[in-house]
Amino acid sequence: MTDPRPAKGPGIWARLARARATRPGEIYGVPGQGNTFWLSVASVLALLILWWLVTALGLVKPLFVPSPQSVLAKFAQIWREGFTNTSFLEHILISTARVFGAFVLACAIGLPLGLAMGMSPLIRGIFDPPIEFYRPIPPLAYLPLMIIWFGIGETSKVLLIFLSIFAPIVLGARSGVKSAAIEQIHAAYSFGATRWQVMRHVILPSAMPEILTAMRVGIGFGWTTLVAAEMVAATSGLGYMVLSASQFLQTSVVIMGIFVIATIAFAFDMMMRFLERRLVPWKGRM
Amino acid sequence: MSLKIDHVSVIYPAADGRPPVAALSDINLDIGEGEFVVALGASGCGKSTLLNLIAGFLSPTSGGLTLDGRMVMGPGADRAVVFQKHALLPWLNVIDNVAFGLQIQGIGKQNRYRTANKFIGLLGLDGFQSSPVYKLSGGMQQRVGIARALTCDPRILLMDEPLGALDALTREKAQELILRIWGETGKSVFFITHSVEEALFMGTKLIVMSPRPGRITHVFDLPFSRQFQGGAPARQVKASPEFITLREKVLNIIFADEEAVE
Repeated sequence: MTDPRPAKGPGIWARLARARATRPGEIYGVPGQGNTFWLSVASVLALLILWWLVTALGLVKPLFVPSPQSVLAKFAQIWREGFTNTSFLEHILISTARVFGAFVLACAIGLPLGLAMGMSPLIRGIFDPPIEFYRPIPPLAYLPLMIIWFGIGETSKVLLIFLSIFAPIVLGARSGVKSAAIEQIHAAYSFGATRWQVMRHVILPSAMPEILTAMRVGIGFGWTTLVAAEMVAATSGLGYMVLSASQFLQTSVVIMGIFVIATIAFAFDMMMRFLERRLVPWKGRM
Repeated sequence: MSLKIDHVSVIYPAADGRPPVAALSDINLDIGEGEFVVALGASGCGKSTLLNLIAGFLSPTSGGLTLDGRMVMGPGADRAVVFQKHALLPWLNVIDNVAFGLQIQGIGKQNRYRTANKFIGLLGLDGFQSSPVYKLSGGMQQRVGIARALTCDPRILLMDEPLGALDALTREKAQELILRIWGETGKSVFFITHSVEEALFMGTKLIVMSPRPGRITHVFDLPFSRQFQGGAPARQVKASPEFITLREKVLNIIFADEEAVE
């Protein structure tokens, strides 16, 4: 008996759901493998074109979405004339100083504390509850407390940013302590190493990948908190610029400020990635 | 060099509702100068526990260990450990890994590089001094581990299945290399393996261990590594009738243990 119907392959969904054999030089089944650079470029270009198209065709009022040209023009104007009597560069510098000041402070305190928490049950027992308590609270919620306790000066601004960076840095350093293989630690001890030497020569270097990741995550939180921090009686800074522009419905300044913040954050992240490749080329390879 | 293990027992305390486990029960073992003692046994027989005791990572529940008459109280540079894997430091290159023990002991860079280079040469790693270790093959990484263990001039080398992660061909070459180095340095060795053939070929003394409780059930004196050092080719040694007879005998012991477990 022969079946007169033509043989049917598996359905289109079944075919899409299954991975095909890979090309030589690639490894079969690695999740998310492939270069995304040109796709990313295309994605950015498409978004820009869409933005331009929407405004050029007059589909949305400039109050809601200003055109790319007007944002660019605003950028040039503020670059020349400043914003609320403060030069643009000063806005950028003051915000960068706040974020990086808080970042440096958070690293200086958070890295040793996180490492100590990973190494010592005593320190972990003491500091784990307060950090876990405040970590999930949105900075805006404790912003009033910062103002009541520390006034409206730089202290409360930097402190707010500091707190948002501090928790991820501590957690990263703490879990980084667990990265060293027990064999590496045993090897050091068997050469007569002291606890301090094991810390310095084995645990700290092997924690570097996690520490660098935590720093990247942390600075991201810092930029996220910037606008909240500059709600506090600020007269300069990118967050302040965005906030006050929004009150005067200067949407193009808002968008321009967002782009500047994103650009600085992105540039720093690229620098961290570069550092990562230089400092821990062995990451995930042993 | 003399290591004495005297009536040592290790009992892991009860946990999660399970009763206490006797990992090692009444172990007696002497390792003398230049001896190559191989421990062999079914999984769970306490081979690694015994090595951890000698290394000083673990203290016995009862009994004692002495090295040259001194109690073993903790890890020390007189006993160097070669691990199966994951023990090299990937942020250091080959020479800094080999010199790591000397660095821990506070020896200056020039001196430690001179010593390290000697052992790098001995292990056939010349020319790879500045290579990152994570780019080396498994066999070469293991040679770096052995060189590192030797630099501090330990009284005894403790090797915890050092060749277990290597492919069969590399493994046989590494066996011969280790025997050659053992001959050249005259170190005492305590060597753990899962392979009966490897155990017989390499040791001067074989201890066969059984699980539940972990204990030494058989001890054999072995002539084969001396035959190899006397110039007999490895494959000829491994194909000799005495070797095969003993291999079958030991295999029977181990299979009986494995079946008893199941």
